[in-house]
Amino acid sequence: MSRRAASTPPVARRILQGDRQALARLITQVENRDPAALPAVRSLYPHSGKATVVGLTGPLGVGKSSLVNLLLGHLRRQGRSVGVVAVDPSSPFSGGSILGDRIRLERPPGDSDVFIRSMASRGHAGGVALATRETVRLLDAFGMDVVLVETVGSGQSDVEIHDVATTSVVVVVPHLGDEVQSLKAGLFEIADVFCVNKADLPGADAAARYLNEMTQLGGRNGGWRPAVVQTSTVGPKGIEELWTAVARHEAFLDSSGTRQELDRRRLTDEILGLVRERVDARLAEVFAREPELQSFLDRVVAREIDPHSVADRLVAEIRRSA
Amino acid sequence: MSPTKSTGPIRVLIAKPGLDGHDRGAKVVARALRDAGMEVIYAGLRQTPEEIVDSAIEEDVRLIGLSILSGAHMALFPRVLALLKQKRASRIRVFAGGIIPDEDAKRLKKMGIRAIFGPGASLDEIVATARKLAGPVRS
Ligand code: B12
Ligand SMILES: Nc1nc2c(ncn2[C@@H]2O[C@H](COP(=O)(O)OP(=O)(O)OP(=O)(O)O)[C@@H](O)[C@H]2O)c(=O)[nH]1
Ligand SMILES: [Mg+2]
Repeated sequence: MSRRAASTPPVARRILQGDRQALARLITQVENRDPAALPAVRSLYPHSGKATVVGLTGPLGVGKSSLVNLLLGHLRRQGRSVGVVAVDPSSPFSGGSILGDRIRLERPPGDSDVFIRSMASRGHAGGVALATRETVRLLDAFGMDVVLVETVGSGQSDVEIHDVATTSVVVVVPHLGDEVQSLKAGLFEIADVFCVNKADLPGADAAARYLNEMTQLGGRNGGWRPAVVQTSTVGPKGIEELWTAVARHEAFLDSSGTRQELDRRRLTDEILGLVRERVDARLAEVFAREPELQSFLDRVVAREIDPHSVADRLVAEIRRSA
Repeated sequence: MSPTKSTGPIRVLIAKPGLDGHDRGAKVVARALRDAGMEVIYAGLRQTPEEIVDSAIEEDVRLIGLSILSGAHMALFPRVLALLKQKRASRIRVFAGGIIPDEDAKRLKKMGIRAIFGPGASLDEIVATARKLAGPVRS
């Protein structure tokens, strides 16, 4: 908890001093859910909370990586440091993954104001990996002004980016008529900005018009009406407009007081999740250890006592040994 | 972060240095490693040694796999090794494949390329070598 330099773990100190290898290795530990990461992760937390976190999500192949690449260039020309987390799916069969988003990301060699990390979803549903949030936070603490998060090519229920980003950009393409319609549920609801990419292809105006009509209906997010922009990464076109839309949403978060509210809600969810994890682990421990509880189970099976009673008993057991 | 697993899949960067456009071999090898449960960062074509080493460090991979069929290996591979050393990242091991004459292969191995595979190399053998090179799983 303390922020005194003396108690800062060496790894955290190195990361704050700009050590990229230390950061890279800590991210690996976080991905692997290695408890050894915890001291550094904890002591870096107070250094986070400053970055603008922009999520780019949308169906497979709509141009998310290409947009990340152009946003990266745009932001670097403005002198801002940029972190990128690009998530791709893991194979459900082998557990392996090919992480290919990096192919599209160009940058001047040796630019220390950029840090790009590819990440496999490792079976986590929702469009991001379990470790994405913590990785974004580490890049934030590392001093990145903006963190761009590319989700896996996602379906309409992959909305978890909304719990990670301060601004969520939903990318669609013209001629995804039906798909745009189906966005009404899920993805549609998390968009702070709609980006109609591949606007060099016919149909972009119609798609943008449709989205504009749709956004007039809903009043989510305490009064923010999602912006709709058209972009093309061949050309390229509309990148500045895209960033302006993101910046406008960020300004809205501040002026409306929504940012704080959002932060509190997310951190509440996060804390509850962590508590649940710990209680689960504890529960498994207690259950395995107490032979008495196993005999309770026999009696439940024999319909002598009911599951609720045993649950109460378990809770009491955890409290007692806590 | 519950105290469960402390190790994860082997992470490998597959890259094609130089101007060589032959990417079938690199893709085939990437797929084989993925099917063996590894996380393969595919960096794609026309990578400079600097880009390859910077990417490998950011991605915290245990292995770099270089694929080259253009003949420029004697210029590019030693440069990758030198940069790894210079950036104090020599723990990252390098192996390679493509069109590399035996004599060159011998010299490259002396310099520190851990293994080299040519046309027709068995994918099972490549996977086994990658596993061995990745070594005991680091936390
Ligand atoms: C297909 C092919 C092409 C295709 C490439 C398509 C593509 N997108 O890949 C096309 C037609 C585009 C092409 C073009 C050219 N090609 Co060509 N091409 C070939 C050919 C016939 C097969 C290569 C191939 O795909 N093999 C299949 C894959 C699966 O095998 P592989 O790459 O060898 O990979 C295996 C192993 O090497 C190893 N491996 C490979 N990479 C890695 C990486 C790691 C980490 C590991 C562990 C293992 C590993 O594992 C793989 C599985 O066994 C070879 C001849 C040959 N027999 O190799 C010539 C060959 C490579 N080409 C050659 C040449 C000269 C050219 C051109 C310059 C021709 C020209 N004058 O225009 C151009 C240059 C293109 C460019 N921009 O670089 C020469 C290279 C000569 C040299 N190095 O001295 C070769 C050897 C033909 C020859 N005998 O002259 N080519
Ligand atoms: N015509 C056109 N093609 C584009 C545009 N943007 C991207 N593409 C092409 O669309 C394809 C996919 O681009 P990516 O940037 O990889 O898309 P992605 O959404 O990151 O893809 P996944 O990560 O696989 O979901 C590539 O072939 C790009 O060249 C655009 O504005 N116009
Ligand atoms: Mg992509």
